[in-house]
Amino acid sequence: MAQLQRKHTKVVRNLLLSSVLMFGFGFALVPLYDVFCDITGLNGKVTRTGPAEPMLVDRSRTVSLQLTAVNNEAMPWLFEPMTAEMNIHPGMTGQTAFIARNPTGKTMIAQAVPSVAPAEAAAYVQKINCFCFERQSLEAGQQQEMPLLFVIDPDLPDHISKITLSYTLFDITPQLQASHYAEQPQTGRFML
Amino acid sequence: MGTLEQTVETEVHHGPARGITRWLYTTNHKDIGSMYLWFSLLMFLLGGCMALTIRAELFQPGLQLMEPNFFNQMTTMHGLIMVFGAVMPAFVGLANWMVPMMIGAPDMALPRMNNWSFWILPFAFCMMVATLFMEGGAPNFGWTFYAPLSTTYAPPSVTFFIFAVHMMGISSIMGAINIIATILNLRAPGMTMMKLPLFVWTWLITAFLLIAVMPVLAGVVTMMLMDIHFGTSFFNAAGGGDPVLFQHVFWFFGHPEVYIMILPAFGIVSQIIPTFARKKLFGYASMVYATASIAFLAFIVWAHHMFTVGMPLAGELFFMYATMLIAVPTGVKVFNWVATMFRGSMTFETPMLFALAFVVLFTIGGFSGLMLAIAPADFQYHDTYFVVAHFHYVLVPGAIFSIVAAVYYWLPKWTGNMYNETMGRWHFWLSFIGVNVTFFPMHFVGLAGMPRRIPDYALQFADFNAVASVGAFMFGLSQLLLVYNVVQCIRVKRPATAEVWEGAEGLEWTVPSPAPYHTFAQPPLVK
Repeated sequence: MAQLQRKHTKVVRNLLLSSVLMFGFGFALVPLYDVFCDITGLNGKVTRTGPAEPMLVDRSRTVSLQLTAVNNEAMPWLFEPMTAEMNIHPGMTGQTAFIARNPTGKTMIAQAVPSVAPAEAAAYVQKINCFCFERQSLEAGQQQEMPLLFVIDPDLPDHISKITLSYTLFDITPQLQASHYAEQPQTGRFML
Repeated sequence: MGTLEQTVETEVHHGPARGITRWLYTTNHKDIGSMYLWFSLLMFLLGGCMALTIRAELFQPGLQLMEPNFFNQMTTMHGLIMVFGAVMPAFVGLANWMVPMMIGAPDMALPRMNNWSFWILPFAFCMMVATLFMEGGAPNFGWTFYAPLSTTYAPPSVTFFIFAVHMMGISSIMGAINIIATILNLRAPGMTMMKLPLFVWTWLITAFLLIAVMPVLAGVVTMMLMDIHFGTSFFNAAGGGDPVLFQHVFWFFGHPEVYIMILPAFGIVSQIIPTFARKKLFGYASMVYATASIAFLAFIVWAHHMFTVGMPLAGELFFMYATMLIAVPTGVKVFNWVATMFRGSMTFETPMLFALAFVVLFTIGGFSGLMLAIAPADFQYHDTYFVVAHFHYVLVPGAIFSIVAAVYYWLPKWTGNMYNETMGRWHFWLSFIGVNVTFFPMHFVGLAGMPRRIPDYALQFADFNAVASVGAFMFGLSQLLLVYNVVQCIRVKRPATAEVWEGAEGLEWTVPSPAPYHTFAQPPLVK
């Protein structure tokens, strides 16, 4: 009897432990997918940010960079790129800006979320400075030019000649105004 | 095995208690199995009514009977109730009844936990069904509850849905722990692992799948809860989260889940076919290994449900080939069933009819699954009625037919009476015709581009939809025959022998019919 009880206890303990571990694993999938996307460059997320090493400019190639701006659902801001398309040599630092205007009567805070297509190109785009690194706050009626400074790695595979850089603008005013959330320091998950 | 003998000596022999407390306090595996089965029958009929509501609306193009939001609530609740309320508890009920009897154990390993894991379910489903009467209505985001539909845009009742899923998850995990402990620790002397009946084997593997993925489901609904109420941004792009992440985590649970709903069905069919073919199961060991391979592959194919989210080519290819690989062990199984029947002395009683229909129709569902696995083709099939046809072919004539087959097969053992064979055949043929009339036309409207989960459709789909609706009512109403047959079998005295079926083998047929309240208090010796 006692021996059988011990066997049951062992099985139950191991299986309960596995369940708890798998519950943790479900949450671990969140950073795991991020890590996986970082390593493989899938999902079109640009992970190379900050100051760029000087690169050899490849003047024999020209890459066409298309810039698009999208407003998420009810976001009322006017949001558009200064130039819809620019041609640039790989290795050369490019500069452009997006224009945003808050037409409403109150101060609003926005977050732009970037995406690169084709996803394969994401690993070769380095953003030296981007308005998407930070939240953007505009007062009522205020208009602002939001700069974007980038460089395209000359190692960009030959078959890619056109890259689309898309930004979706989200209204995060309600979330920030809700309770304690605003006081929290900016977490890594905001940095895209 | 001196320990087992001691167990027997200390056990007090008694019959069931009287009145309602028998069912509330019971720790008897047969009582709990019966409760699971009745509960699942109730849920099957409720989910079926919702399906008929859907089919009634889709009988003609245009909006006739309900507003689109209610239609969406029906599709969502139908899916959730059938998956978590009908199919899963039915298999757990069958496991409760049959696993101890098949391995020569006196009861489940953890009888009190067994009681608890059943009694959580009625509360979970009361909570879930209650959302239909709440302000804003029931969940309307589909049984897959993709974010942000289930977070940002969800009705307020979503919180009740989340807690209901938590409770079902706890119930399933406890059930799985119980089944594993029973199979590993309580086998009769001589019952080695490779002598286990296949139903027991498939359930053992299913239980491990449950332990592995139900916590992930609990995790994903917890993330939803946090996104909705605690300001996190797991699935909210504005806060740095990703809605596609939801789909990945959900289907990491979801794909093994569909095998949770089919592996025990494989086990049931592998019990029934040898009985009525009067031959030993062909390729027993390969059946066990095939089941284990399918369970393993279940964990590496999840993204084939989301080919169209914008995956890189490498991902699409990996998931496409991995998915196609599943056809190999499944093919082994179908081959073995056919080989078992080859040159057998077959008779066609109701359980065998349902089992045969399972083999044929499940294979059709498997083939449409292979078509869906082809990534480039899936872009056309995705979210059309072709998908609806596919998974209903594997779940209705797959999982449900196997459960019905199991009920007819073991009913004489449970009740001590033979069921009415003529009525059983009526039930089979009406179900068989009904299920095909319902779901076969859906392949065609799906390939022609009719999207799923929409209450209205273009005129050219009208005829096939009308046919499907007629079939659905035929199938749905013929399930009342199942209820009639079960009740008749309990009430009408037509004593069954201990062996019940001429070709039946296994420990469960060595105990009298009906099975006594306590069986195998003295463990049998398996040669």
